[in-house]
Amino acid sequence: MTSTMTTEPGPAGAVGTSVLEARGVTMRFGGLTAVDGVDLTVGDREIVGLIGPNGAGKTTFFNCLTGLYVPTSGDVRYKGTVLPSKPYRVTQAGIARTFQNIRLFANMTVLENVMVGRHCRTKEGLFSAIGRGPRYRAAERDSRENARELLDFLGIGRHAGSLARNLPYGDQRKLEIARAMASDPGLILLDEPTAGMNPQETRATQDVVFKIRERGLAVVVIEHDMRFIFGLCDRVAVLVQGRKLVEGTPQVVRADERVIAAYLGTPYEDGAAGAREDEGTAS
Amino acid sequence: MADKVPEWGSASQPRQPDTLSAQPQRNAAVSPALAKALIGLGALATIASTFLAWTWTTSFPGDLSVTGYPGGNQVITLVVGVLLLVALGTAYGLPGLRWLAPRGHVRLLRGLALAGAVSTWYILLAVAIELNGIANWVTGSWVALTATALPVAGAFLLADDRHEAARPPAALPRWAQTVIILAAIISAMFIADYGITTSFTEEFIGFALAVGLAAWGLNSSGVLARLTELNARNRVATSAAAFAAALLFVFLQTSDQYNTIADDILIFATVALGLNIVVGLAGLLDLGYVAFLGVGAYSAALVSGAASSRFAHTALPFWAQILIGVGVSIIAGVIIGAPTLRLRGDYLAIVTLGFGEIFRIVVNNLNGVSGPSLTNGPEGVYGVPDLSLFGYDFGKPHVLFGVTFGKFGNYYLLLLVAMAIVVFIYARVNESRLGRAWVAIREDETAAEAMGIHGYRFKLLAFALGASLAGFAGTINAHLLNTVTPDQYMFSASSPPNSAFLLAAVVLGGMGTISGPLLGASLLYLVPAKFEFFQNKQLLLFGLALILMMRFRPEGLVPNKRRQLEFHEEEVAEAEAHAVAEADASEAEAVA
Repeated sequence: MTSTMTTEPGPAGAVGTSVLEARGVTMRFGGLTAVDGVDLTVGDREIVGLIGPNGAGKTTFFNCLTGLYVPTSGDVRYKGTVLPSKPYRVTQAGIARTFQNIRLFANMTVLENVMVGRHCRTKEGLFSAIGRGPRYRAAERDSRENARELLDFLGIGRHAGSLARNLPYGDQRKLEIARAMASDPGLILLDEPTAGMNPQETRATQDVVFKIRERGLAVVVIEHDMRFIFGLCDRVAVLVQGRKLVEGTPQVVRADERVIAAYLGTPYEDGAAGAREDEGTAS
Repeated sequence: MADKVPEWGSASQPRQPDTLSAQPQRNAAVSPALAKALIGLGALATIASTFLAWTWTTSFPGDLSVTGYPGGNQVITLVVGVLLLVALGTAYGLPGLRWLAPRGHVRLLRGLALAGAVSTWYILLAVAIELNGIANWVTGSWVALTATALPVAGAFLLADDRHEAARPPAALPRWAQTVIILAAIISAMFIADYGITTSFTEEFIGFALAVGLAAWGLNSSGVLARLTELNARNRVATSAAAFAAALLFVFLQTSDQYNTIADDILIFATVALGLNIVVGLAGLLDLGYVAFLGVGAYSAALVSGAASSRFAHTALPFWAQILIGVGVSIIAGVIIGAPTLRLRGDYLAIVTLGFGEIFRIVVNNLNGVSGPSLTNGPEGVYGVPDLSLFGYDFGKPHVLFGVTFGKFGNYYLLLLVAMAIVVFIYARVNESRLGRAWVAIREDETAAEAMGIHGYRFKLLAFALGASLAGFAGTINAHLLNTVTPDQYMFSASSPPNSAFLLAAVVLGGMGTISGPLLGASLLYLVPAKFEFFQNKQLLLFGLALILMMRFRPEGLVPNKRRQLEFHEEEVAEAEAHAVAEADASEAEAVA
């Protein structure tokens, strides 16, 4: 597969360099500007949180990063090279993602789901599938071992043989992460990984994200759970109505009045700010 | 095993059968001992009745007028009667028979009792109607009527004991598993053989009723599931046994009469299996698939040396014809696929339907008048010579191992090899990186792309592979039929193969499985072919079958359990136990 990428994707980036650099990413749908000139830099082994009210453009921004949408303007670089504009090329390049509403391959087994994630790191095609030479068998064994290792890493190894649809909700989220990690990414994008989880499971997910970082990955997380975000992230960016409002350490963001205003509105000047917030939610 | 005396008037008590030997909590007014005795008596009487005459005249087809041995449909009744006795053994808990009913024996008894009764009553009714009156019944008819009714009464007096299957017993030694698989497949082959060689409509209907009801009984008793499990665990043995059984079929034929049907079924099933890659694995609804069969057939016919061919002087060897047929089909697949596969779902279905028709109309017009001269228009390419491989002329009878093989017997052997190749390719591809990518695309294309799968490319590959397999079958079909005409390759026609029937065979049989489309294709071919009075209402029947199917068994006759047994049994059991426990836990959480 011809790829514009020259850098070998993998966890071994030089410390301190940026893994992801998004500059002036703008996404317009007709007259609606969903994402408006957002910059975001993610350093090596950094955990960056992306928060904002509903409809702020977080997922749209994610989709721009992963090639699902082609940004109207602005560019996204991964380890110095401009990202291609097709989702499978982005994954090939080294950015993996999960989805806000779980999108597993429901009728495949858990192990197979993860092995699908391994797809872009293997090459076996039609003829080797029919011929089953030693190289094919070795590659297949490798993907299987890799998948099992990842399932154990996320603590769902016991489910390997059951169908993905039969998994409890929390484990389905974990499976999505395992599947994303199977592509050996350098950066993983998690879209609301704790949606629908109880506090206990949320805490467990936090540990999982830390463990992912220990494996040398950088992480970007979209979340609504503030406690989760502030306990987890090195840096937090706040999106409101498609624009980046604040970016900084959790302490800075937490203290910023504009963030609170964006989420809760400003009760004392009830006209203007409240109306703006309504618009933001509606879009 | 001693029967507990039922408690009277406890109908409202919930049933809680937990083990194999659990006696059902009662709602019947008759003791199980009596019901079982009724079944046993009925089964014996049923068997006896088949040795009597059921009518006095031989004018009813199948000759039921002989006392002393069973004839015609009496054979079916006899076999069901014997099976009923065996199944009764499970009810009495005879050692060695328990495996017949892992999920409870009552439904097995009911299914078999109904199979015997309904099939027998149907024949008796047919006798009365066709020969004008019950007067044509003789003592044996009345005996059969009563005898087959008794087990039904008995079986429905027994309370339903359906329960979850008990844990499978310790795995048998490998040779024993192989023997069981071989026995099961050979008996399935004998049943299929009987169905194919039924010589009159009444016989086939009686047969179909018996098989359908017995299959229902076997299925709900859990024995079919256990066999499937066994087959899945010994796939090589199963494939070998199936191949051997299919080979045995042709050796059992005394004339070429039924081999033609078998040949058509094999072609139909092979193409259906190819379509299953496109529809079942990659999830691309292709309504014009038969065009690829046509492309293969035309390509082979044109270079076969047929006098009516545009290239009459080109008589290539068969291997070259296959290469050309497969190659042209792949090209056609890519040409049709490249623009259409950017569409999803319904749109793809409509466009492929259009392309299928375009193929037919184009070959209809390439006659030198409305278009360039290539395919000889509506007359098609006729006089395609029979194949000759290694000096073995497929058009002439041969004697192998003391059995005479006519033309269709010869082609049967070739088609069997072709099918084995397609099955092999399907099985290999299904369990590979490629197969996983296809299933991922089918399940969720967006997520698949996010996992690094180039969706379009893999969909095109599925399309091309499917096309090549159909083209391969088409090259043989051209020689088998000796003629290739445009209207053999319609979207829908009253007989298979056509695109609608192909898709129906896949859906009816079970998408994404190997045995599903084979079973679906056999049924869809056999049922219309045998119901002669349906000739012009086949599509009605076909629609009805689809509606019933979607209502009662949307997953198809052979549901696809995605390779749960690929892993060790213990792991599956453990994982499932976990899954169940966790599901319970999360449910409890949700409630709390």
